[in-house]
Amino acid sequence: MSTENNEPIMARPLSQEPPDVAATVRGHARLERNVTLLGIATLLVVAVGGLVEIAPLFWIDTTIEKVQGIRPYTPLEQAGRDIFVREGCYSCHSQMIRPFRDEVERYGHYSLAAESMYDHPFQWGSERTGPDLARVGGRYSDEWHVQHMTDPQSVVPQSIMPKYGFLRDTDLATSEMADKLRALRRVGVPYTDRDIGEAMADAILQADPEQDAGDFAKRYPKAQIRDYDGQADRVTEMDALVAYLQVLGTMVDVNSAAAQEKLATEKGR
Amino acid sequence: MQAETALTRVGIWFLVMLAMIVIAAGTTTQGFAIQAAMVGLLALAMMFVTASRFDPLGSARGFFRMPTTPSRYDDDPIRWGAIATLFWGMAGFLVGLVIALQLAFPWLNFEPYLNFGRLRPLHTSAVIFAFGGNALIASSYYVVQRTSRTTLAFPALARFVFWGYQLFIVLAASGYLLGITQSKEYAEPEWYVDWWLTIVWVCYLLVFGGTLLKRHEPHIYVANWFYLAFIITVAMLHIVNNLDMPISLFEPKSYPLFGGVQGALVQWWYGHNAVGFFLTAGFLAMMYYFVPKQAERPIYSYRLSIIHFWSLIFLYIWAGPHHLHYTALPDWAQTLGMVFSVMLWMPSWGGMINGLMTLNGAWDKVRTDPIIRMMVAALAFYGMSTFEGPMMSVKSVNSLSHYTNWTIGHVHSGALGWNGLITFATLYYLYPRLWKRKRMYSLRMINWHFWLATLGIVFYAASMWVAGVTQGLMWREYGPDGYLVNSFVDSVAAIHPMYVLRAFGGFLYLSGAVVMVYNVWMTLAGKLRDEAPMRDAAYDPELDRPLPAIPHTAVPAE
Ligand code: HEM
Ligand code: HEM
Repeated sequence: MSTENNEPIMARPLSQEPPDVAATVRGHARLERNVTLLGIATLLVVAVGGLVEIAPLFWIDTTIEKVQGIRPYTPLEQAGRDIFVREGCYSCHSQMIRPFRDEVERYGHYSLAAESMYDHPFQWGSERTGPDLARVGGRYSDEWHVQHMTDPQSVVPQSIMPKYGFLRDTDLATSEMADKLRALRRVGVPYTDRDIGEAMADAILQADPEQDAGDFAKRYPKAQIRDYDGQADRVTEMDALVAYLQVLGTMVDVNSAAAQEKLATEKGR
Repeated sequence: MQAETALTRVGIWFLVMLAMIVIAAGTTTQGFAIQAAMVGLLALAMMFVTASRFDPLGSARGFFRMPTTPSRYDDDPIRWGAIATLFWGMAGFLVGLVIALQLAFPWLNFEPYLNFGRLRPLHTSAVIFAFGGNALIASSYYVVQRTSRTTLAFPALARFVFWGYQLFIVLAASGYLLGITQSKEYAEPEWYVDWWLTIVWVCYLLVFGGTLLKRHEPHIYVANWFYLAFIITVAMLHIVNNLDMPISLFEPKSYPLFGGVQGALVQWWYGHNAVGFFLTAGFLAMMYYFVPKQAERPIYSYRLSIIHFWSLIFLYIWAGPHHLHYTALPDWAQTLGMVFSVMLWMPSWGGMINGLMTLNGAWDKVRTDPIIRMMVAALAFYGMSTFEGPMMSVKSVNSLSHYTNWTIGHVHSGALGWNGLITFATLYYLYPRLWKRKRMYSLRMINWHFWLATLGIVFYAASMWVAGVTQGLMWREYGPDGYLVNSFVDSVAAIHPMYVLRAFGGFLYLSGAVVMVYNVWMTLAGKLRDEAPMRDAAYDPELDRPLPAIPHTAVPAE
């Protein structure tokens, strides 16, 4: 940092005239002679598109359909989601089924905006190097998932997915669970004080069917309590990830009559 | 350095180190602790460095044979930038080749740190932000001084921007491998890295804007408009898309403010304009200076550049939703995105034409000057990908191309063809001038580089187009019985040969870059290869000044 500063910079004699911003130029030439004007004009021009497109999403009612069944993730599911995010699974797997016949037959009902309303960040993805996961919940057994994550080629020989066996050997860090839920509440996910207070205990009990679940099931309707990774004595990252995969796309009963009727009238797209 | 200032600086580094120790001790996340330790060690090193008044860059300057004679302009940070660009480029291409091979041969994944999911963001950040970003910062420092006839404003800050940006890259990249990421494409770094980049970026704006303010030319040259728009818009995008809530100041983890649909649109508003302003506007600025310089002709049309500039920056911002066609994003937003994307074709080609027609009257140079040839090819690839892009934005086309390798083919015809080649050409222009050499060590090697890179792109793009269309068609194929014909994994198996061909294309592209590194190294060493001459624009210090840009009298060449 030091040398060049002290060095005489032998510029050729620079023009003595100050930049003649005030010169009587008109039209575009004024912008070309005034950095501040040019900068402000640029900022205004680039701000328009974003404002017009993004702002309405926050107040147009039909952006997110009102459907039954969406709840915030349980602490264990959220921990699994954080692992999904950490490992960059989105780079190969989408979570967004488009309304085409082939996609709906292959993956299930097309995705609804409401289904990712508590997803921070959203994980819709942009590539399908592997299949879509938006409705993978309940399609395979826990054992299948554990086997598949540990050695994908052992269940799908032609798969090109990497191995994630280490998840099964890594204890889940549960001490930050309350902090995580609190941060999520700050960005708009409706966790209650009790959810936050119990976060760590909730994460552990959801992977352990032996424990007394208390009011867990009431706070997180339809949440599944079981030992996901087949290791009864510990809660691992595999437990969390499989719990997350198993809940994907299962919260809304998309085929119930009521849901269909609502969608027909409220479909914001 | 005064004793007092030395003491203050040591004190500041000491505070930084202390803060890092506190974080390392307080966090429960191993990766975060490692990163805090990294910064802490750096601060410790800086303490000693400052204390002993040792000039750490001095010996490195010697290693890279940087000229010690005074320059007319403040070229030191540009020299470092030119080296950093090449270094990160090699790293990024190499990781690209590795992940390309992982997709063809999955046993090349090594869990957990070297799995595809962690390496892929490393590749995209390394090539876009490290390779592209350094090329942009270095070239903007170069261009703004020449076209303003002045030296950089705030020289110390200019150096801080450069080194601070390198720290940003290292923190972001090591974070991905350690599992610290937000998994938002092209905005993966976590909150603390984002904050750091924000500081660096604001300083960049100060240096660039300040230099323009103290210019000795009445007129701001068009390349600087594009650089300015790039800096301002990236600041806006970066800040809005990275509004995050850290779970604690002792943890690297945060949750973005926007989620779900809103999060998706904010993210692709950002993502598409990372393409639009980082990979396009900034690189167009390079085009507007270096193409006329190398061709020794003025820019084709001054009027066209005004129209080009304003329409490009206005239209780009709207196009984000084409990344979200047929998703849960409301229809009206998708339609807006589609319409503006199609309109975007016009300014894009306007820019390409302005660049290409600058060669009017100098077309013979495409044959004789390999640097010009690279620039022309870059513009051709730019034209190709900006035709393909609007086409892919049409909803019916996108219904096939989305989620497939067609997108990957599109990305790389733009990235390898446009960004890569124009950067190489710019670097070939810069190295001899910055190091005060007569010319590059070998012009013929530039020619080899050109052909290796072009062939690599052809392999890459062609294989990915075939792969993409194959995927798209296989996924929607119905048999006479009314059932889907292919399971998903059938399509994975079907494109295996294309993955292999793509990796081969990447290998060729990387080989071209290796030739470049050798050529550059010999140039820095002051050697000239004994070879049959190919023509280059000779370096004449007297011509190292702004292009004649007198707007109202500017006439198109010819
Ligand atoms: C040796 C050269 C390169 C090779 C072999 C290579 C290879 C790859 C591979 C294998 C992927 C992942 C594709 C997938 O997920 O299916 C990728 C993604 C990507 N690469 Fe490269 N790459 C190279 C150079 C570059 C350069 C120079 C740039 C930019 C300046 C670039 C930008 C990107 C981007 C933006 C993506 C993400 C695409 C998306 O998400 O749609 N690459 N690359
Ligand atoms: C007029 C100009 C352009 C338009 C309208 C356009 C449009 C598009 C479209 C429709 C997609 C596919 C989105 C999807 O289906 O997921 C796309 C992807 C992409 N394009 Fe372009 N493109 C343009 C120019 C460029 C250029 C010059 C580059 C330079 C490198 C580029 C880089 C990318 C990247 C990186 C992606 C992948 C994003 C992802 O990760 O999914 N585009 N573009």
